[in-house]
Amino acid sequence: MEETLLQLNNISVVYSDVIQVLKGVSLAVPKNRIVSLLGSNGAGKTTTLKAVSGLLKPENGRVTDGTILYREGEIQNRSPETITRHGIIQVLEGRQPFKYLTIEENLRVGTATRWGKPYRDDLERVYRYFPAIEKRRRSLAGYCSGGELQMLVMGRALMAHPELLLLDEPSLGLAPLVVREIFRIIRRINEEEGTTIVLVEQNARMALQIAHYGYVMENGKIVMEGTADALRENPDIREFYLGMSAAGAAKSYADVKSYHRRKRWL
Amino acid sequence: MDFFVQLLVGGLSVGFLYGLSAMGFVMIFKSSSVLNFAHGELLAIGAYFFLALAAWAKLPIPLVFLLAIGGCFLFGLMIERIFLRPLIGEPLIFVIMLTVGLAAMFKGLILLIWGGNLYTYPDFLPKALAIRFGVVSVPPVYGAALLIGTLFLILFGLFFKFSSQGIYMRSVADNQRAALSLGVNVKRVFALSWAIAALVAGMSGIVLGIINGVNVHNLSAIGLKVFPVVILGGLDSIGGAIIGGIIIGLLETFTGGYLSTSLRDVVPYIVLVLILLIKPYGLFGLKEIERV
Repeated sequence: MEETLLQLNNISVVYSDVIQVLKGVSLAVPKNRIVSLLGSNGAGKTTTLKAVSGLLKPENGRVTDGTILYREGEIQNRSPETITRHGIIQVLEGRQPFKYLTIEENLRVGTATRWGKPYRDDLERVYRYFPAIEKRRRSLAGYCSGGELQMLVMGRALMAHPELLLLDEPSLGLAPLVVREIFRIIRRINEEEGTTIVLVEQNARMALQIAHYGYVMENGKIVMEGTADALRENPDIREFYLGMSAAGAAKSYADVKSYHRRKRWL
Repeated sequence: MDFFVQLLVGGLSVGFLYGLSAMGFVMIFKSSSVLNFAHGELLAIGAYFFLALAAWAKLPIPLVFLLAIGGCFLFGLMIERIFLRPLIGEPLIFVIMLTVGLAAMFKGLILLIWGGNLYTYPDFLPKALAIRFGVVSVPPVYGAALLIGTLFLILFGLFFKFSSQGIYMRSVADNQRAALSLGVNVKRVFALSWAIAALVAGMSGIVLGIINGVNVHNLSAIGLKVFPVVILGGLDSIGGAIIGGIIIGLLETFTGGYLSTSLRDVVPYIVLVLILLIKPYGLFGLKEIERV
């Protein structure tokens, strides 16, 4: 068995002391691997990432139960400043650039965890992964396209030399070709930098192509897990997330049955 | 014509000082959305620091200047640490009311220590700073104000554009959640913005003290003028604060010179009302970049 970098043991997350979002989530992320977290809207994927990165706190959320182990140390309910300095960086959903800063200034904010150290080489490295944004290094981020912004925020995270990168829906609202490009880069980052990646995605097909391992969440619980290959072959995943019929061909609307098929894991 | 030039230089230099202190106000607002009602008192504190060191301790003037603005910087850090930090995460209105309370407290403290008298500094400015146009001569203090104003504008411009800490401060003003996710130390950014605000306010307090004499009521009333200045320039624009300051300074001096001295303190507030009616975001207020 490989070395585990991050481990969630049965965590519960409550917002504003009353709204329970996660109800006992356990998962393990092996070092230098891509782990994908799938599930429908409101399943608790983003909350799981925020529990790890410490960003629950500003939103009045808290891990009430369970432990989050990172490199053998417990990090639940720590402040984002502490957690980012341990090498965990989350790329937020919806991109969230600094609109009134230029591309290059945006990237420089990524050096906040190691303020005062040289950063020129890192800029070059980020531009090597994302040549598209180098051309626009002097323009305001607010005027860049969605694809450029997604590359920008991922590059910004890379500037921090993360050991564990949490990506929240990198494909959101992007054209299929751009999505393919982004996913290719995610895999390259994982292979060349050895960065461990947790990938939250709606686009299950793309996610399972690059991930080594996958978890499926529903209603604040993990309902299924397995290697990416196993999940791709699972009939329920195929039907509910990949839009295939049991026979393997793309599902046709003519065959849609008039009743809801029960998911087997519920 | 001579009179006009004299008013112009006077208005410009006072305007620079207004702009400088308004810049501090805008900085606090941009980074933490707090309206600082104690800004006038920060001006007064700078002026009294300078007074205490120059007139009573009788230290050499350059040293006094450095110590006074250094003291203001530390004072700003202290205010943030003691009063503002415990309220992070509380509703903004509490924090704004707290600054109203701070204003009353600082004013009371100054009155307790120095009383309400009008003090003047010893005359120390070199005569070389006096500006001469033919027969018109503008007192050296206005030259000093222009010089200091420009110097600090350039310094802060460079700081925000190129230094890492300046970029972190702008990132927090831009998108606090994203800044947190990258590990920007948001508390340090808040503390720094208070410290820099106290520094620039204190510095314009010192120079205004040289021009008008040092009195806590006068100085805190000047602090209130940051409101017309920032409303005119746009609440979230540092460049707007400077330009707003210059416009208000010129308006004031020209009204005082050509119309009547009793009107000069009213004009900024008339402008405030007009601006709110016509251009509520101010001349340079940010219109949200909308790109989805």
